[in-house]
Amino acid sequence: MSANTVLYDHPGPRARVRNAVLTVIFGVALAGLLWWVYAKFDQAGQWEGALWQPFTEGATWTQFILPGLRQTLFAALTGMVLSLAFGIIFAVGRLSERRWISIPAGAVVEFFRAVPLLLMIFFIFYGVPFLIQAPVPAFWAVVAGLTLYNGSVLAEAFRAGIRSVPGGQAEAAYAVGLRKSQVMRLILIPQAARAMLPVIVSQLVVLLKDTALGYIVAFPELMQRGVNDLAANRGNIVAAAIVAAAIYIVINSLLSALASWLDQRSQRRGFRAQRRIATGANPAGGIAVVEPQG
Amino acid sequence: MHVFADPTNFDAYLSSFFWILKLTGASAVLALVLGVLLAAMRVSPVPVLRGFGAAWVNTFRNTPLTLVIFFCFFGLYSTLGLSLADDLDLNNFWLGVIGLSAYTAAFVCEALRSGVNTVPAGQAEAARAIGLTFAQTLRIVVLPQATRSVVAPLGSILIALCKNATIVGTIGLMESSNVMKDLINSNGDAVIPIFLVFAGTFAAFLIPTGYFFGWLANRLAVKR
Amino acid sequence: MRIKRVAAVAAVAALAITMTACGGDEGSGTSSSGAKGIVGKAESQKKLVIGVKADQPGLGLQTGSQYEGFDIEIGKIIAKGLGVDANNIEWKTTVSNNREPFIQQGTVDLVVATYTINDERKQKVNFAGPYFIAGQDLLVKSDSTIAGPEGLDGKTVCSASGSTPAKRIQTDYPKARLQQFDSYSKCLPLLENGQVDAVTTDDIILAGYAAQSQFAGKFKVVGKTFSTEPYGIGLKKDDKDGCEKVNEILKAAAADGTYKAAWDTSLGKSGKAAPELDTTKLTNCGSV
Repeated sequence: MSANTVLYDHPGPRARVRNAVLTVIFGVALAGLLWWVYAKFDQAGQWEGALWQPFTEGATWTQFILPGLRQTLFAALTGMVLSLAFGIIFAVGRLSERRWISIPAGAVVEFFRAVPLLLMIFFIFYGVPFLIQAPVPAFWAVVAGLTLYNGSVLAEAFRAGIRSVPGGQAEAAYAVGLRKSQVMRLILIPQAARAMLPVIVSQLVVLLKDTALGYIVAFPELMQRGVNDLAANRGNIVAAAIVAAAIYIVINSLLSALASWLDQRSQRRGFRAQRRIATGANPAGGIAVVEPQG
Repeated sequence: MHVFADPTNFDAYLSSFFWILKLTGASAVLALVLGVLLAAMRVSPVPVLRGFGAAWVNTFRNTPLTLVIFFCFFGLYSTLGLSLADDLDLNNFWLGVIGLSAYTAAFVCEALRSGVNTVPAGQAEAARAIGLTFAQTLRIVVLPQATRSVVAPLGSILIALCKNATIVGTIGLMESSNVMKDLINSNGDAVIPIFLVFAGTFAAFLIPTGYFFGWLANRLAVKR
Repeated sequence: MRIKRVAAVAAVAALAITMTACGGDEGSGTSSSGAKGIVGKAESQKKLVIGVKADQPGLGLQTGSQYEGFDIEIGKIIAKGLGVDANNIEWKTTVSNNREPFIQQGTVDLVVATYTINDERKQKVNFAGPYFIAGQDLLVKSDSTIAGPEGLDGKTVCSASGSTPAKRIQTDYPKARLQQFDSYSKCLPLLENGQVDAVTTDDIILAGYAAQSQFAGKFKVVGKTFSTEPYGIGLKKDDKDGCEKVNEILKAAAADGTYKAAWDTSLGKSGKAAPELDTTKLTNCGSV
């Protein structure tokens, strides 16, 4: 039990008994529920060796899961780089004093934040080819959709971050003779990026999960190869989905761990030194913008 | 626009967004309740509750929603035998609501927990000093202040929930993404207008919602 | 200045997108003999891109990096007839929705992917074949009493969302309850545990699923088709020469037994005898 919580006193004898009782009741109920789920799955034959046996074969991993995972990670990485760039450009654009820049930038960000990613990817794959008179590979349909959507969310994160930098910073920079673009580039964006780092990483986790929507255009990522295609070959869709979910959870937990490590590191440096009520939660600045799409 | 002049298509379009609205509404309520409970668990003095809350959040936050919905169908319904309605569409709808709520609650919980952090520690300490219990501290002092600072993030979560409702289409509900796919399949020459109508409908609902929550957050903000 | 470098990388990547987007014109070349379309491409480049399904056992199934099935065998016969070695075929996964765009935009040269010939599609692409006549049918448990679509009242039927078979059930048999998924492989476990009473799509696709080892003996195809689905080979609308050439190849394959051999190494494994390829029914390739 964390000693530094401020929400309740250090438990005395009565509280300790009450907590122990609660622990037992809840623990038993939870264990019972889990056992029931296990038994039901057993009854339905979901633990049958034949369904899980493919996962002991090398070919399942080398032919389906790993190639799918590679595509997932590749699309996610490309999307991350592009959406960060998109986010910075449109955040700066939206903060511009020239209305012919800020209004269109704002409209773009608002539009792409409001359209479901599923519709977006589907349209880029089937609709955009009519516009550019050339096919759009599934990979780029997914990456472009991810970039437009997550880039727009990140743009809002950066914008909030830039606005959270104390006004004195920009004033001081102007006072030493920096131009507007220099103030943005040298003073505001670096501080904003640092302040918003946990949010940015959380959004990148969202982006990685969103690659799973690529199934709609048959992009061969982890969902498509590891669940749909594998099940078409071996007829074990529930087992395949459980394995895929475990892989997603491990990868995203690693990314989330990276996020909280970065957050703690920046706190050690004296950023936002503030006592927290709930230990380990995202910082206040971090909650404004994460959008848990797909 | 000739596509939507056909009454069958227009009805499909309307009912698809009606599904989205119902999914969003039902899941929003359920996710909020569940999210508050989870957040309370995560800050509670009982370790097993804290562990449960953390496990819930980490599982659902890190699994693609497509898979969550899939497990609702193949796990809850198909294997555990949880049947929620006789009508096939309605059953899928409720399974979708469960999936969306369980998933969204993880984000609500995290938003609330971060909101709790915006309340200065002195507030909780003062509450304890006058003898309030954990539940009272949370209910009377901390949560009311935290709620105000989470209006904006909850707004974002609601908007995301509405868009995520399209993913329930994977278990066959004829919501907007499935209907758009169908219309595009049978009207290959009108891909762009069809997309613009569907995307525009979402934008028409969600952009004002976003501004509304921004305005509300400003109004309710605790001045410190 | 980490951010700056990130931006630079992004700019390069953005450039790469634009370039890929513009570089999509690897399609129909013209050969030395002046032939255009797929015939010309096969002659000059000695390779072909063929669009196939990836998730249909027995017809077009991606097993790891390889594809197998009846459609794949037909694709190989056509490539051979055009003088292209089987190793020089690039198989490309298509889904039902993107077959016409893939042909029109030149992403693939040919489509052999359970592709039903119909008038609507003929306005966009040209069809050779049919190389097989399928029909919508029902897959049920071996002990099921459902004998045809009339027996579906109040029963639950599973199909792929937005597919023609799903639509036919909705319009012609509205009393059946329709469960739709994005892929047929999700229907099968439900059929197995009795949550759906039937799976519906073309009989040959159903036969492919029924023959999978993990479902062996559990399912049967009812065998009472209620539609006619002539499977064709899709190519560019203006490629009349290519279409006629493909039809010639099919005729030859029917005559010399390679068609039957293609069946025997794929769907024939389920014990079903090879169908007769009726070469009098081949399309006229769009000529009036």
